[in-house]
Amino acid sequence: MIAIVDYGVGNLFSLSSSLKALGLETEVTRDAEKLRAADRIILPGVGAFGDAKAKLDDTGLVPVLLEEAERKPFLGICLGMQLLFDRGFEYGEHAGLGLVPGQVVDLHDDLEDKTLKVPHMGWNSLQIVKDDPLFKYFKDGEYVYYVHSFYAKDCAASTLGTSQYGNVAVTGAVRNGNVWGTQFHPEKSGDAGLRILRAFAEL
Amino acid sequence: MLARRIIPCLDVKDGRVVKGTNFEGLRDMADPVEMAHFYNTSGADELVFYDITASVEGRNLFTDILRRVASEIFIPLTVGGGIRTLDDFDRVLKCGADKVSVNSGAIADPSIIGAAAKKYGDQCVVLSMDVKRVDGQFRLFAKGGREDTGIDAMDWAVKGVAAGAGEIVLNSIDTDGVKNGFDLEMLDELASRVSVPIIASGGAGNMEHFAELFTHPSVDAGLAASIFHSKQVDIKELKRFLRGKGVEMRV
Repeated sequence: MIAIVDYGVGNLFSLSSSLKALGLETEVTRDAEKLRAADRIILPGVGAFGDAKAKLDDTGLVPVLLEEAERKPFLGICLGMQLLFDRGFEYGEHAGLGLVPGQVVDLHDDLEDKTLKVPHMGWNSLQIVKDDPLFKYFKDGEYVYYVHSFYAKDCAASTLGTSQYGNVAVTGAVRNGNVWGTQFHPEKSGDAGLRILRAFAEL
Repeated sequence: MLARRIIPCLDVKDGRVVKGTNFEGLRDMADPVEMAHFYNTSGADELVFYDITASVEGRNLFTDILRRVASEIFIPLTVGGGIRTLDDFDRVLKCGADKVSVNSGAIADPSIIGAAAKKYGDQCVVLSMDVKRVDGQFRLFAKGGREDTGIDAMDWAVKGVAAGAGEIVLNSIDTDGVKNGFDLEMLDELASRVSVPIIASGGAGNMEHFAELFTHPSVDAGLAASIFHSKQVDIKELKRFLRGKGVEMRV
């Protein structure tokens, strides 16, 4: 069973539907025992870093997630990926989960061409930087769907794939041990995204 | 770089997709769920569903359809039509919509834009505008393009973005249904005033019109209904054609 962590942020309908469409058993939960019993965990999320981290802290699940991330495949999606890092700088500085080294900063600050629109929203091509089982069914350069204004940096050692936006190579996918993250939404990236989720389910 | 987006729009009434020209003479065309599958396989980058039903039964039918589409198709879905309150946002988001488009509801109560952006994020709120030239001004129309509000459309867009709208759909009533090309003049004016993504709507008649549209760097997406529904333009073919012209496309 794949547990999707329910901490009151974001719309989990598409994520759980996409896993079901792949024939995978899934449950949206905030029950520590269910997270412990699951084969895999997905940490979703939309919204702002600090606010989401506070909500996650409120669930009391952080110690469980940190423990389970050592034992089983763990995937953060979008803001859920950003929370995996050490720190985020959206509306002030906030501590993340520290599961992947790096920080999450304002994309707009790093763009040289200030006419480029932020949020970085839409389909961008994902260039594979480091081959990984997560890309078992994914071809280099396929398009994935992004919606975000902050991005992860100083994380070269963990970066699996990037998408170019102006001068910035946006961190698209990361891995550190059992912990994976995608800045894009695999559950909104059509067939290519479903193939990423399928590969995650087989890790 | 980001690909430009091609977006088919499905107007749904009483559980069926309909599309007229110049907002009149609706004609029943097809089943929305089947059409959504068709467009997903043809390479549509996003789907827009407008609920143009007035009755309660029709509304329930619409949310059932939305739920079915969102359980089977995994590309971004935007939903509009009859969105007036945060409860309306909530209702369609729970059924799997990713973005919600407001039009007449925001004209009646502009505070809905800010309230929804605060609750669901800017990226979730799409401001849809029906605009027509009146007395040398780009005038905002309400109620499906039937009512002149007297409001300057460009000022309205600027206010909407300031309040938190994350994207704008600009539908030109002047070019809608005429199939003579998008309203580039109107789009350029809007692009000079706002910096959020702009979706062009109204006027697409052939593939060249999209090529022409995307020579304008500030336009992010092209939306159309009847030319896709009638299979006059095939999205897969359109995207290959545009890519051949150097437009970045997800193919």
